[in-house]
Amino acid sequence: MANLTRPTRLAPVTLAVAVLVLVAVMVSATLIGAAGLGWTRVAGELIAQVTGGTSPLSAQEAAIVWQIRVPRVVLAGLVGAALAVAGSAFQGVFRNPLADPYLLGAGAGAGMAATLVVVAAPQTTGWLVDPLPLAAFAGALGGVGLTWLLGSSAGGGPAVLLLAGIAVAAFLTAVQTFAQQLNTDTIEQVYTWMLGGLSTSGWHEVLLVLPYIALSAVVLCLCARLLDVLAVGDAEAASLGVRPGRVRLVVLLAASLATAAAVAVSGLIGFVGIVVPHIMRLLAGASYRVVVPLSLVGGAAFLIAADEIARTAFAPAELPIGVITAFTGAPFFILVLRMNRRGLP
Amino acid sequence: MSTVPTQRGRARRLAVVVPLLLAVATAGCANREEPAAPAGGSTATASSQGFPVRIPTPDGNQITIERRPERIISLSASSTEALFAVGAGKQVVAVDDQSNFPAEAPKTTLSGLTPNIEAIANYGPDLVIAQHDANDLAAGMAKLDTPVLFLPAPADLKDVWAQFQVLGAATGHSDEAEKLASGSRSEIEKIVAETPRKQLSYYHELDTQLFAATSKTFIGQVYGLFGLTNIADPADTAESGGYPKLSTEHVVRSNPDLIFLADTRCCGQNAGTVAARPGWDTIKAVRTGNVVELDDDLASRWGPRIVELVRAVAAAVGKAG
Repeated sequence: MANLTRPTRLAPVTLAVAVLVLVAVMVSATLIGAAGLGWTRVAGELIAQVTGGTSPLSAQEAAIVWQIRVPRVVLAGLVGAALAVAGSAFQGVFRNPLADPYLLGAGAGAGMAATLVVVAAPQTTGWLVDPLPLAAFAGALGGVGLTWLLGSSAGGGPAVLLLAGIAVAAFLTAVQTFAQQLNTDTIEQVYTWMLGGLSTSGWHEVLLVLPYIALSAVVLCLCARLLDVLAVGDAEAASLGVRPGRVRLVVLLAASLATAAAVAVSGLIGFVGIVVPHIMRLLAGASYRVVVPLSLVGGAAFLIAADEIARTAFAPAELPIGVITAFTGAPFFILVLRMNRRGLP
Repeated sequence: MSTVPTQRGRARRLAVVVPLLLAVATAGCANREEPAAPAGGSTATASSQGFPVRIPTPDGNQITIERRPERIISLSASSTEALFAVGAGKQVVAVDDQSNFPAEAPKTTLSGLTPNIEAIANYGPDLVIAQHDANDLAAGMAKLDTPVLFLPAPADLKDVWAQFQVLGAATGHSDEAEKLASGSRSEIEKIVAETPRKQLSYYHELDTQLFAATSKTFIGQVYGLFGLTNIADPADTAESGGYPKLSTEHVVRSNPDLIFLADTRCCGQNAGTVAARPGWDTIKAVRTGNVVELDDDLASRWGPRIVELVRAVAAAVGKAG
């Protein structure tokens, strides 16, 4: 019965509200930061950029805003959007509310590949490209690919795929741990990457991941209707002219691409991919035509806000962003759950 | 009630088994090859003076070293360097996988981070030196009657000199250790005295995630000798223990006069990579060419090469400002 009051299409008003929240979060995250430039002066800089007037900031302060703070806000938005939209897609494909973007071995694959690169080539100064994000990206896709191969060879249903994912993740993590144990002097660098977060990012990282995340986001939003059809079951979906196997493949491919891009620049940030889609579902409705695009916007807003806390709560010291996503996300999630007693689908 | 007879029975059985085991153990010992006696019996007698040595441990107990150790294992890179500097190098049979200095140190795959008791026992050590008690190292070696000497990270330079002396006493090289300690101390005093005092700020980078050392850490106190101001100090919290993770904005905003990189080896950082970081080209240290590339090992150890570190800092201070 709940579905009668819940929209199956994304109302323009809802989308407008979500985008407005995102813009507000982005602006406040740009105004406030660890350097303590004074939010009014940063606002003056923003206005000066628009109107061409004189900025109250010195050249160095402007560099802090435009080369450090703004790219970090943008990257947090991209990573958050990628993880949340991938999470919603995984939950749809597996019809499982506990699915998250790292479920099919993307996290373990990226971790293993990053470790092997650090162990094999600890000195990458002067390399044309930094091999670490490249390896993490390839590793994430490789992990998911391996899971898909194993899952298909064992029958191919969603449940088999999930189990294959667990096996692949355990195996890849074991390889990673083994490589680390043989090279204890590189442990620090590996953990640095895994806990990574966004603290040393710039425009370079933004440009690196933007194409993949944009492509995946478009594909997933277009597939949202098909996920709604899949939700009624494979047989019914087939009777409606949808080929479940093909939809799953396309959606998983796009979601894994988004996850791999996010992991490559930010390490393994947990919680966003699993909680943001649920929050959107509880606030706006269970249809994937609502959840997928809202997760995109909501994930961006959520991670920008979490990173804002990571940057400023103990400024000038910084917290690992994974701590913030879990610390703020969990209570907020419980609050939404309690407010909406209809609960999970 | 039923447990009492069982326990008594077990005790009785043990009473029979234990002497048997002891007999087997002693019998076994008699058949084993003894480790070769050190060459030159006279030096052994001469330096065996002063033994047994009793050394207090941090937990209030003390370890006893009965005679001059001839099969030392060092699981701490700093202690390895000090052992060789006080002339105990010939008594060292194995060092851990991080002990890469001096070159003649018998480097093995032994780990000081996760010590393996069996692998250590395999070398038949008569003294094990480690930084901290990981994997129940002390308890494991106690079963083999091998003393373990723990020399943890020092709080200040005074601790370093004290560690040299402990290592000297434990290995029969007290005189050389005393000479090394006083020599290092006076050399550092001389370097500091010859360096002009300047009002300079600095940033000591531990890794590319911008973990930094504050002035209350051991390395921070080395910079303190020169009266430098540490930009990481405002970020220190109780939890960070002197090693906070700084925000990029704070580093750029603090505009340090000097940047010391202690992540040149681990993470391949140098003046070029620092200048290429977004926004960092506006920092004074980068603009004036005062990004100092330290050897990670030199900057994270407290062995005799601490004098070299002090000299490197002195040179940087002399050049900057």
